[in-house]
Amino acid sequence: MEHIRTPKVENVRLVDRISSKKAALGTLYLTATHVIFVENAPDTRKETWILHSQISTIEKQATTATGCPLLIRCKNFQLLQLIIPQERDCHDVYISLIRLARPVKYEELYCFSFNPKLDKEEREQGWMLIDLSEEYKRMGLPDDYWQLSDVNRDYRASICRSSQPLSGFSARCLEDEQMLQAIRKANPGSDFIYVVDTRPKLNAMANRAAGKGYENEDNYSNIKFQFIGIENIHVMRNSLQKMLEVCELKSPSMSDFLWGLENSGWLRHIKAIMDAGIFIAKAVSEEAASVLVHCSDGWDRTAQVCSVASLLLDPHYRTLKGFMVLIEKDWISFGHKFNHRYGNLDGDPKEISPIIDQFIECVWQLMEQFPCAFEFNERFLIHIQHHIYSCQFGNFLCNSQKERQELKIQERTYSLWAHLWKNRADYMNPLFRADHSQTQGILRLPTTPCNFMYKFWSGMYNRFEKGLQPRQSVTDYLMAVKEETQQLEEELEALEERLEKIQKVQLNRTKVKSKQSEPSKHSGFSTSDNSTANTPQDYSGNMQSFLSRSPSQGDEDSALILTQDNLKSSDPDLSANSDQESGVEDLSCRSPSGGECVPSEDSGKDRDSDEAVFLTA
Amino acid sequence: MEFAELIRTPRVDNVVLHRPFYPAVEGTLCLTGHHLILSSRQDNTEELWLLHSNIDAIDKRFVGPLGTIIIKCKDFRIIQLDIPGMEECLNIASSIEALSTLDSITLMYPFFYRPMFEVIEDGWHSFLPEQEFELYSCSCDEWRLSYVNKEFAVCPSYPPIVIVPKSIDDEALRKVATFRHGGRFPVLSYYHKKNGMVIMRSGQPLTGTNGRRCKEDEKLINATLRAGKRGYIIDTRSLTVAQQARAKGGGFEQEAHYPQWRRIHKSIERYHILQESLIKLVEACNDQTHNMDRWLSKLEASNWLTHIKEILTTACLAAQCIDREGASILIHGTEGTDSTLQVTSLAQIILEPRSRTIRGFEALIEREWLQAGHPFQQRCAQSAYCNSKQKWESPVFLLFLDCVWQILRQFPCSFEFNENFLIMLFEHAYASQFGTFLGNNESERCKLKLQQKTMSLWSWVNRPSELRKFTSPLFEANNLVIWPSVAPQSLHLWEGIFLRWNRSSKYLDEAYEEMVNIIEYNKELQAKVNILRRQLAELETEDGMQESP
Repeated sequence: MEHIRTPKVENVRLVDRISSKKAALGTLYLTATHVIFVENAPDTRKETWILHSQISTIEKQATTATGCPLLIRCKNFQLLQLIIPQERDCHDVYISLIRLARPVKYEELYCFSFNPKLDKEEREQGWMLIDLSEEYKRMGLPDDYWQLSDVNRDYRASICRSSQPLSGFSARCLEDEQMLQAIRKANPGSDFIYVVDTRPKLNAMANRAAGKGYENEDNYSNIKFQFIGIENIHVMRNSLQKMLEVCELKSPSMSDFLWGLENSGWLRHIKAIMDAGIFIAKAVSEEAASVLVHCSDGWDRTAQVCSVASLLLDPHYRTLKGFMVLIEKDWISFGHKFNHRYGNLDGDPKEISPIIDQFIECVWQLMEQFPCAFEFNERFLIHIQHHIYSCQFGNFLCNSQKERQELKIQERTYSLWAHLWKNRADYMNPLFRADHSQTQGILRLPTTPCNFMYKFWSGMYNRFEKGLQPRQSVTDYLMAVKEETQQLEEELEALEERLEKIQKVQLNRTKVKSKQSEPSKHSGFSTSDNSTANTPQDYSGNMQSFLSRSPSQGDEDSALILTQDNLKSSDPDLSANSDQESGVEDLSCRSPSGGECVPSEDSGKDRDSDEAVFLTA
Repeated sequence: MEFAELIRTPRVDNVVLHRPFYPAVEGTLCLTGHHLILSSRQDNTEELWLLHSNIDAIDKRFVGPLGTIIIKCKDFRIIQLDIPGMEECLNIASSIEALSTLDSITLMYPFFYRPMFEVIEDGWHSFLPEQEFELYSCSCDEWRLSYVNKEFAVCPSYPPIVIVPKSIDDEALRKVATFRHGGRFPVLSYYHKKNGMVIMRSGQPLTGTNGRRCKEDEKLINATLRAGKRGYIIDTRSLTVAQQARAKGGGFEQEAHYPQWRRIHKSIERYHILQESLIKLVEACNDQTHNMDRWLSKLEASNWLTHIKEILTTACLAAQCIDREGASILIHGTEGTDSTLQVTSLAQIILEPRSRTIRGFEALIEREWLQAGHPFQQRCAQSAYCNSKQKWESPVFLLFLDCVWQILRQFPCSFEFNENFLIMLFEHAYASQFGTFLGNNESERCKLKLQQKTMSLWSWVNRPSELRKFTSPLFEANNLVIWPSVAPQSLHLWEGIFLRWNRSSKYLDEAYEEMVNIIEYNKELQAKVNILRRQLAELETEDGMQESP
């Protein structure tokens, strides 16, 4: 708390980024863990919560007549523009946030103060949910050939990972060569193994000068060497930066957007990672060859590529729990440097890079291609991304397993997996069916290179701009239908039972009065009225004066009561921004009682805001 | 019979058909007057039946005695036929070329097609203007049906019956027609029941360079305004283009003469610009060699999505004027047969729940495209592969369907029809066994006697067995106005049309099927539960009666 210079500033305006004309007046609070903005509007008192650990950059802009603007960019792609009336207050907030967003000790992170009111036992059980030794057992390991590694269970072929060899220009290591030989021999199905170096060849060659490099095919018997050009962490960081600049554009034309997206190179990088994953999956499944994957250190590109390949090969990883295992295995336990990559503690900004974000996007791209193959939905991915940065749970802390043990993470913090599992109903893909053909075996992607396969993920990078997202969610609709189906099944069973009983009773000519049947609970799926209403957006730049009566905005969210110590649940949509909650509500699209929709009463009732820009020059 | 002369080789054996994502099929190729047929004569293989009118362009190649014909279709599909024998191949190629470019409309397939299905409802009478007027305007007494164009004399591209303000007589309409491009005087397009505001459409006013005016025209459009109200004129051309039109006798409404109206210029591209955009887009979609970045720049360079954004934005603006500003609008570009119709019909999709149902959407196409005189024959004569530069081709209707798809994607539960319905309409606009999209306007259709000589598309579509394919399981009537987002992040390439032949849709089809199953199972259970409840209630009353006689 000593870093908070001003805990509360009044008359702050939160600018609607899309239509800058509109701003919400409210009060800004700084707490030890959150920035909170509470709107004054008495009927809504809408709250926006930002975790300090989500803050990526804070920008103080030039003071104007209306006040001093402060721009907060978050790691979960939320963007907040505040206007603070007094320059002095703005400066205080700015200085406080700079410090709060860059903790120097792990103990400052939210997970050490976050208390979901679970007892010790529950916490311990939470950490037990994902158990890697169970996972290796599931894969059928260890067996006669393997002690501990990473194998696809349907094949003897395996995916192994390492860092680059320290070969320089001529060094060799007999033991390493023997180990590769052993990997090859562990797979009687093939007389060679692939060694995949995920770096561009040029980078790998440059590494040789530093005494590192790649395997010399002459020294290793029966290896096939393959470079797959995935760029390094610095390229990826810059690429994301460029793409986010495009997402931030105020009213981009189609060309601005597509050019910007292309120039960022982001989708090209996604494709490179996918290509590598597909290559490995094909080697394992079609050629029955084992693959050794490495990059430089073996914890970034290697993790991405191996986990993509695992998803393609093994349907277990496409289930809710299996996906947690995959992250636990390929990322957490193999020493992906979460603290460095995601900047949880103040550190070298050059170490920061969206490596796991890219993997998460790869999963989404696969979900778009195979809508029935994954047990979880897009929201699951978005929430995992959120919590990698939130530091609300201990799972992603530190740079290695060793550090986590020293910090006693499991005794002092809670596990995200338990939290997600508890709320799994929110994360289910309604199209997933355990006996569906897409959930069996390998996901086969077309062999022809389809560039148009990879699409911009606005659900992630523009996720706080509801106006840009589809207004009705098929996923939520189907989940509601399935839930009702379940109730109907139960009711049907009960009815049949009762019917049988009565018939029996009547047959016996005994007169027993049975209870009046209960009225059905079923009445449509969503309770949110007006659920699809929204307001028109700014379709014309040159009509502002004329089209003056912009529909007044009223939000239907019930007011949330703000108390400093009553911190919200860990749902990122709730804790980050209560507005997002209504966004989720909005998406549930079944109208109440079978389509008896209330016609829009316009202005007063619109819950959605004018978010997207319709402006054309 | 003329066709026989064009078919030099009616049949070739051992032809091999190649299609993406399908195994090659060997079989016998047959040419008939209207179809190219390939049959393997094996039980389980699908035959290929291709309408000649669906063929946009063909290429031939020879390797030794083996000839190859690559057929590029108006629906963007590309297929390859390997034909043994050079002479056969050349004959087939020239026959296809001749048969796919027949001059006379009356030689087209719809005039020969005999339906194999039972006609339940004659689609030619499904959407009569009188009924539509009842549906749309029964609550207002400010409008009337006018038969002034009965003989197509006042405006050749208008239908015989139009809706105009009650206070304007036919004589005035005749005068206004001389002041508007193509005689297209302002007529009612849409009546917003909620507040009585209207969308009208017309051709551009023929003001010319000396600022000609027409009192009747001013009176006509002012007659649509409520006392003290102002309206908007949405000109679908940029101000510069509208100004340039004056030199050719056209122009726009001067403020001085239309003081109660505010003019807004929105630039929507037309004709060859759209056609070139389509050609570039389809080329980009077919090019599988480029890397990720070049794909995005090609998509960008095609400008297709830019056009989508322009059209949607203008339609949203029109809808906003009506619903939010409570102002009536008049929409026109130059002729009033292309961008004007895109805007008026999309505004109705946004505003009017009925137009989001299957029947309502059919009625919309009938009113706002067919009756309104969109020149389908000219616009859809050629598609993305045609090399010969002709002046009148333009994917105006496809852009409209694409915009509808964009809105459908954003509001998947608010439409009664699914994506397949839109794809089907696109196909039939370019090549069809039905007469619906033949001709350029009602006058031409009348002369061709389409109603007597051909079958209406709606007769086929509106049968339960077909409707089932086009009905969205997600539909829940939504009586609200739906405001789409037009931000670039919200607009997508319509894969179902443009990548249809370039990717396998197996997994997406499976997902759709899964969705249908989930919903149908739910409905089934509901029905069962209801039956049991009723049974139970009956038994219990019987029980009660026995108990207390």
